[in-house]
Formats: sequence, structure tokens, C-alpha cells
Amino acid sequence: MHADPKGVLTGIHFIDGDHAACEGALAAGCRFAAGYPITPSTEVVERFAARIPLVGGMFIQLEDELASSIAIQGAAWAGKKVMTVTSGPGLSLMMEHIGLAAIAEVPSVWVDVQRGGPSTGLPTLPAQADMMQVKWGSHGDYEPIALSPNSPQECFDLMIKAFNLAETYRVPVFFMMDEVVGHMTERVVIPEASEIEVVERKWTAKKPGEYRPYETDASLVPEMVKAGDGYRIHITGLTHDERGYPALNPQAQDKLVKRLINKIRANADKLVDVREDGVEGADVVVVSFGITSRVAGAAVDAARAAGIKVGHLRLVITWPFPAQRIRQLAATVKAFVVPELNMGQMALEVERAAAGKAAVLTLPHAGGTVHEPAAILAKIKEAAQ
Amino acid sequence: MSATDVLSCEFENPVMPYLRQERLPHIWCPGCGIGTTVNCFTRALADSGMDLDKVAIVSGIGCTGRVAGYMNLDSFHTTHGRAIPFATGLKLANPELKVVVYSGDGDLSAIGGNHLIHAARRNMDLMVVCVNNFTYGMTGGQVAPTTPLGATQTTMPYGNFETPFNLPFLADACGAVYVARWTVYHVKQLAKAMLEGLKKKGFVFIEAMAPCPTLYSRRNRLGDGVDQLKYYKEKSKIVNGANTKDVGLSLFQGDIVVGKFVDRERPTWLDAMNEHFTQHFGEKFTPYGVSHAQD
Repeated sequence: MHADPKGVLTGIHFIDGDHAACEGALAAGCRFAAGYPITPSTEVVERFAARIPLVGGMFIQLEDELASSIAIQGAAWAGKKVMTVTSGPGLSLMMEHIGLAAIAEVPSVWVDVQRGGPSTGLPTLPAQADMMQVKWGSHGDYEPIALSPNSPQECFDLMIKAFNLAETYRVPVFFMMDEVVGHMTERVVIPEASEIEVVERKWTAKKPGEYRPYETDASLVPEMVKAGDGYRIHITGLTHDERGYPALNPQAQDKLVKRLINKIRANADKLVDVREDGVEGADVVVVSFGITSRVAGAAVDAARAAGIKVGHLRLVITWPFPAQRIRQLAATVKAFVVPELNMGQMALEVERAAAGKAAVLTLPHAGGTVHEPAAILAKIKEAAQ
Repeated sequence: MSATDVLSCEFENPVMPYLRQERLPHIWCPGCGIGTTVNCFTRALADSGMDLDKVAIVSGIGCTGRVAGYMNLDSFHTTHGRAIPFATGLKLANPELKVVVYSGDGDLSAIGGNHLIHAARRNMDLMVVCVNNFTYGMTGGQVAPTTPLGATQTTMPYGNFETPFNLPFLADACGAVYVARWTVYHVKQLAKAMLEGLKKKGFVFIEAMAPCPTLYSRRNRLGDGVDQLKYYKEKSKIVNGANTKDVGLSLFQGDIVVGKFVDRERPTWLDAMNEHFTQHFGEKFTPYGVSHAQD
């Protein structure tokens, strides 16, 4: 279906990534957001708070990130499309509720405008060091989805995709911005509402009495209802059966956890979103994401000018990781170069997928600024030898 | 009549339609007071005449946290301490719902204390039932923010020396519009308070004192659940309108002041938002959730 025009600010704008992310959420149909102020993400909810009264929806600034990350889940069960927005320290506080969204299968978008860490770290400066935290941070096994925009335009475009994926798979979807993408101002084109495809929640057609909250078909994604519609649902963070009732035994655990994992793993091929530039026949492939992909692009151009056969693979969806594609390329390339604003996180995934068939040269960076293109170029040259 | 005869007779307990009968028996110990509070709650629901499809219940974690799972309502068993913010999101996203938070003293006033005070301050339209058994029952009897001075708990093995919360005073000071305390001896009054709470608009806080024979009474040599009811009967004094400053329960097996302490009017968070935005935006603003207004 098409976007609700009330939330779509059609036109050509000159705005930063945080503002564009907010517009993406409104266009996607987000009508409930909760958050707690934290640099460098706050502009997203500031704009949401200013815009939502006339769009028709709700923003509430709560007392902390624990409250924000569970208030959105209450709102999702009342039928809204929901979002919370934060950065490093706030994300750390949200970990328990990521698990609740995973086990109770709450469609929700979690925006993380990454800054340097650990702890208070570098509040106003960029990093990409929360990539493993969103994958593994909450206890127990779960499979999130994460997207990494590299421009304000993508903060708009991919945010719509983030909401669509949250509704399709009923998982927490992470929108992994960073301080530079959040604060860089560029041209952002917002199309007509009729040109924006949005995914509606997977509502059940069943009647109360027939409906079981966690019964699934081959998609492994259960149908949803909302509180107040007479279904008298029970939803719990405990391991549960198809009725949603606690079932504290190994059989129920096996069935539930495997389904939660498989609804993403079985669709991993469909979820892959990489942007490839000259990877076929390349000797070296640079694997990057987010703001680092912009810097890497300059290095790739310079390497080509120097006669090196280098390709560029950008991860738009970082989780699930496109292991299959990396495995294919590992058979043909000499080496991968992985620059990232952390001390080596997604590089571990590249190494895992390459499985020793191609060299993986990491280019870690502690954050606070972006890489120098020259540093990436030097690494490409080293890889090409 | 033997016990088996009683169970097999045709009489239908009036409480049963309000429960998810397929989930019984419940997990609570013999003598536990939580079930008594649930009985009072079902009576309040019955007397309210409300459309039960529009009543939702949210619990945190702990023995009382299991209440949501037994109620035949839209019910949410959330994370430890976070029932109030979950309920806030549920209520604000659909103001047509009456949302009840039902949890224990540890869940609501220790790990969830920050949410309790802010929801009261905002006058969020929620009814909070806090079953206070002075201990962490589910985890085996550790000290709680409500444990009286001198009472022994597993993590206060030589007796508690921490000053406990006076929960009605806390809720009152933060702005709750309705504050009451009853014990599970006072079943009529507790059910009536819950009924008033269901009808009241704004942040309602009802403290329900309940025995935990397994982990509080036994460890403190206070006998069983019946002995605790005797204590409630003998030491309770009804003082409606009491100054909440004076109703603390810090003394071990001390006097208990029960009653309806606060009943006042104040705009809810949502009413305040709608009024403010109407003033600010004029006709461009459509009041949020008003077409579904309660009452």
C-alpha cells in the first residue's frame, strides 16, 4: 500500500540525516515515538515532537531509555508503528527490551546514531562501534535486522525500508546511523506519498476464539492483533506456546527459539542488500558500510586511477550479514579490505565468510572522525600485492 | 461434604469468568495474599460494568507479576520494573483502553521506582495496584524497599536496617490523584477502592498489603497466612483522608493505617497535551484520542 500523505513532506529539502530519518519514519507511518535526549541522536525526536501534533500521533519524552524502549512496545500492541531513538549509552540501557521485542515479536524500529565509546566516550563524534552490540547485546539468541545509511537521502529512504522490514518480520530493526551521517546536511528528495510503498502490519483475519497469537504458517511470522479488539491476548517475555502462555520447558524453548532465529535465517537471501561497484573480476574488494563507505569510495577511485583492479561492496543491510555473497567473492578475489570506525567488528564476519579462501585486511579506527582516504588507499595497495 | 464433592458441584465461582481457567492452578503458595487481591479485582471489574474488551492489564516480574497471565483480559507480562512505561505506551497509543498495572512492591518501587514517580507526576491515566508483601517472593525472600526495620530477609540475615518507603506518601507527593491502602483482610474495602480506581481518571495508586507466608512470615516466625490476617485485623486502623506522611509501615509488625488517603482532580497528561496543543495550533490540531474518550 501507499504511504499516508499526512506524514509525507513531499519536496526537495536541505536537511541533515537526523531530520531526514525523522521524515522517513513519518512517511513510513510511524505514529508513536518515545525517547530520551542523547547526543547525537536528539534531533530525530526533536523534529518528531514538532511535526507529530499536526500529522496525528504521539511523541513522549520519557524518564530514561528503559522506559522509552518499552513504551514503544506497549504502543505497538495498541496498533501503532513505533520507533525509539538513541545513541551508545542509551542503547546499552535498552538491551533488555531488545530481547522483549525479539521474543514477543514486536515490530519496532530502533535508531542508533552511533558515537565513540565505550561509556560516555565521545558524545559529539562518530563511531560505528555498536554493530556487534545490536547483534548480540541482549541475552539469549535472537536475529535482528540492521540497516546502515550513508547519507541524509538514505536516512529517509532506508527508514521506510526499516519500518517495512519490522512489520514483515516482526523483529526489532536497528537503524545504524553515526554522528557524521546524522549531522551532515545534504539534498533530500521526498517523493509523493503515492510513490512510497509501505508495508501494513500482518493483521489476522481470524476471529477471537480461533486466533492464537503465536501460531504461524510457513512464513514463521505470526499474525497480529491489537489490544482492545476483543481477542484477550496474553503476551509475555517468558518462553511461551502458540497461545502466548508461559511454557517453561526445553521442548517449548526449542520450538520458539528456533522459529525466532529461522524466520530471519531462512529469509537471509531475500534480506541481502549490498551495493556493488566493480567487484566482478576485481583483485581486491573493499567491504564497507555507513559513513565509511563514502570515504572508501574516494580511496577506490584513487586505487583504480593507479591501475589496481578494486571493487567496492557496501553493506546496506548489515544484519543479517551477506555471508553467501562474501563466500562467492572469496573464491575469486585475492583480498578483502574492511575499513570501519571500530576496532574490528564487521571484519570478523568478513573473515568468517571468507573462511581462509581470501585474505582479509582490517582497517580499524577508534572513532572520533572518519578514516583518511589515503589510509584506505594504502591498505588497498597492500592487499593488491 | 468432602473436598472432592465441593470441587465437583455445579456451583460456579463468580470469579471464574474473569480468569483464564485453562491456566489454573496458579503458582501462588498456600496462604499467599495475591489471589485475594485478584478476587477483589474481579469483583471490581464486575461491578464496574465496563466493556472488558477495553480493559488491559500489565504486570512486571515477580509473584504479583504473574497476575496479568491469569486475567481473561488483554494482558501483558513485561520486564522487571517496566510495567508502567509499557502501560504508558499502550494507553497513549489507544486512549480508549482502561489500563491497569498490577505488580509487586519490589517491581514497582525498587527497579521500577523511577517510572512510578514520573507516571504519578505526569498524572498518566493508569490504575496501579501494588501488592506489598514486604519481600521478593519469586527469588526467595530478599530485602525489599518496603521491608520493615528489623525484619529478617535472606540478604538482611541479621535484620533489616534500611528505612523502607512509605508508598502512599511517595505516590501522593508525586501527584497521584487517588491513593489508598488496604490489606487482604479488608476485602470489601479493597474491592471498592479498585472499583473507584477503575472509574477514576488519572494516576491511581492502590497499595494492597498481602502476606507472603513462605518467605516473609516463616522467616520472621510470624506463623502462616491466617496469622498475618489476624495481625492485619488487630493492628489496622481505618483513617480515610489521613495525611500520607503519617502512614509509614517502617515498624516490624507495627500499627497499620489503612483507608482512602487521596482523592482529587488534576488534568491527565493526555488532557493537558490536548488542551495545550488546541490553544497553540487552534483548529489545525485534532485532539488526540478524544473521539474514543473514556466515560
